[in-house]
Amino acid sequence: MDWSQIAVDTFSASLGALAIVYVLAAQGLNIHYGYTGLFNFGQAGFMAIGAYGVAIVSAPESVGGLGLSLWLGIAASVVAAVLLALLMGIPTLRLRGDYLAIVTIAVSEIIRLVLRSEWSEQHLSTGGNSGINGFAGPFYDNNLLARIGGIPATRFNATRYEVGPFQYSGRELWVMVVGWFVVAVFAVLTMLLMRSPWGRVLRSIRENEDAARSLGKNVQGYKMQALVLGGVMGAFGGIVLAIFQNLALPDDFVTRTTFLAYAALILGGAARVGGPIVGGVIWYTLFSFMNNVVAQMKSADLFPESVKANAGQLPFVFLGVALMLLVVFRPQGIFGDRKEVELDAR
Amino acid sequence: MPADEGSTPEASGTTTPKGRVSGPGGLLGLDPTVGVSKPDPILVADGVVRRFGGVTAVNVDHVEFQRGAITALIGPNGAGKTTFFNLLTCFDQPQEGDWSFNGQPLKGIAPHVVARRGLIRTFQLTKVLTKLTVIENMRLGATGQRGERFLPALFRGGWRAQEQSNTERADDLLVRFKMDHMREQFAGQLSGGQRKLLEMARALMTEPELIMLDEPMAGVNPALKQSLLEHVKSLRDEGRTVIFVEHDMDMVFDISDWVVVMAEGRIIAEGTPEQVGRNQAVIDAYLGSHHDSELDAIIHGDVPDHEVPIVTGDPDRAPSEEDR
Repeated sequence: MDWSQIAVDTFSASLGALAIVYVLAAQGLNIHYGYTGLFNFGQAGFMAIGAYGVAIVSAPESVGGLGLSLWLGIAASVVAAVLLALLMGIPTLRLRGDYLAIVTIAVSEIIRLVLRSEWSEQHLSTGGNSGINGFAGPFYDNNLLARIGGIPATRFNATRYEVGPFQYSGRELWVMVVGWFVVAVFAVLTMLLMRSPWGRVLRSIRENEDAARSLGKNVQGYKMQALVLGGVMGAFGGIVLAIFQNLALPDDFVTRTTFLAYAALILGGAARVGGPIVGGVIWYTLFSFMNNVVAQMKSADLFPESVKANAGQLPFVFLGVALMLLVVFRPQGIFGDRKEVELDAR
Repeated sequence: MPADEGSTPEASGTTTPKGRVSGPGGLLGLDPTVGVSKPDPILVADGVVRRFGGVTAVNVDHVEFQRGAITALIGPNGAGKTTFFNLLTCFDQPQEGDWSFNGQPLKGIAPHVVARRGLIRTFQLTKVLTKLTVIENMRLGATGQRGERFLPALFRGGWRAQEQSNTERADDLLVRFKMDHMREQFAGQLSGGQRKLLEMARALMTEPELIMLDEPMAGVNPALKQSLLEHVKSLRDEGRTVIFVEHDMDMVFDISDWVVVMAEGRIIAEGTPEQVGRNQAVIDAYLGSHHDSELDAIIHGDVPDHEVPIVTGDPDRAPSEEDR
């Protein structure tokens, strides 16, 4: 067991690109579930749309993409996420909350299964179950950090940099700078919106939509705006993931991804601007810590033969238990107000 | 605001420019028959029918509600009062019928649009927004808020002044309803009666022309009841129209100018509280036609095999002749 390696891997993961992906997804869910009370269980679908939008539009024509710029790819992702929100919202938002949950979970699975199907491999050049890769080159070629440091981008991207226990490649550092910037923009946007009368209407819809309606608020319209806004945030999670991996892979967007983002949100505290950010970081830190421990134990041959093959599932088992304990003993999460959460029980 | 200049609580109402008498005064001397037309109706329903499967919950031929007056809608449990409320405010859609507010038809209109036109309702089970503070509940009621649109919401400068004036109005209302000391509490921490008050105050934030209260007294303690009564009366004094559903007969007789009685989905009587109180059809609908003999029968061990008549139509007619 190499504990120093576990420490380095865990600390590095805590602020790394994959943590950002979950933070962005959870920020979107915070708009949906935290502020508006919409049970969107299909955030992975929005993430998939984000990842594939940028992949299909920006991948070179040689691999079947459109060969357009990365900017256009990101724009396409955003537009596609807006359209997806409208498509899901129009039939379901007028129904009760649980219908939205069922529809969104189904839609996200449909998206994933269509993307990985042979049909879309042939007709939409999605690459089937192996996905699309090789579209993020321009992002790394234009690494601003390298330019600031006066180092050629290729060399900077390949170099490992470390500060204390944090170790990142130049490549990941660049993703992190851009990713955390996007997180900050969304956090400021959320803060501005939620202290405004607009945010008050969203929270009133969460509490009781008939009351909002009886006061002349167009509940359907507000729910749609919230679904679009949070969906776009989720799409950015997919965009960051796709660019970081230089790969859009359908099975990154299984429903589990949505639930892991929910876990991050609940851990941090819903309906708080900082909730999904701190929750996402802590959650992903714990997750990678357990993954690293399991990996080390595996290589040290510490598991009995019967467990060894499935040891990779253990982190999920622990996280599941941890989430249950959290909901029982601190339902408000890190930032929430327990009194506020318990108002529901009255 | 339908400023019916200076109508006072006991006032006999004012004459509108069109020569119609609005307010409670317009109800004086009206023939207390079902569907009687009012001098200045604000809300009119015609042939409204709502069926749930095979059950006809509401079947109202014609009813008019007088502007500037307090009208009570009463009836036994299951009479369809709340359903009728839901239909009038477009929270539910009837199978048949038309209804209009200020002469504008409301059929097929979304409930929030109805609210924006000045017809505000409250709910039987209060719908305060538990995780919003009292003052935020109040602010939500204000109409035409610039900051409630997505892009303008981002720029505080565009809505700060409006928010301030809304807050001042909200604070005034909270003082009037004696809730100013709870300003910063979560609405979920309030008692049932306080929630009723908050819901009414919040409804007033919209400056409604017509306010429809669904059982404002349910679950309110007697001490609070009196102040709630005064608040309802003061709405009329401001020139607003009030329609309320209520089981508390003291309240009905105390404050209403006109009473509409429903039973089994139909309107069986209307008139002033005194007229309705004397109406045999109403007494029967509430208590069963043999309510006086009921107790006697039990005491004397002589249980009569009668059934409660289904009362419809003319309230002045004794129901026993035809309804069997």
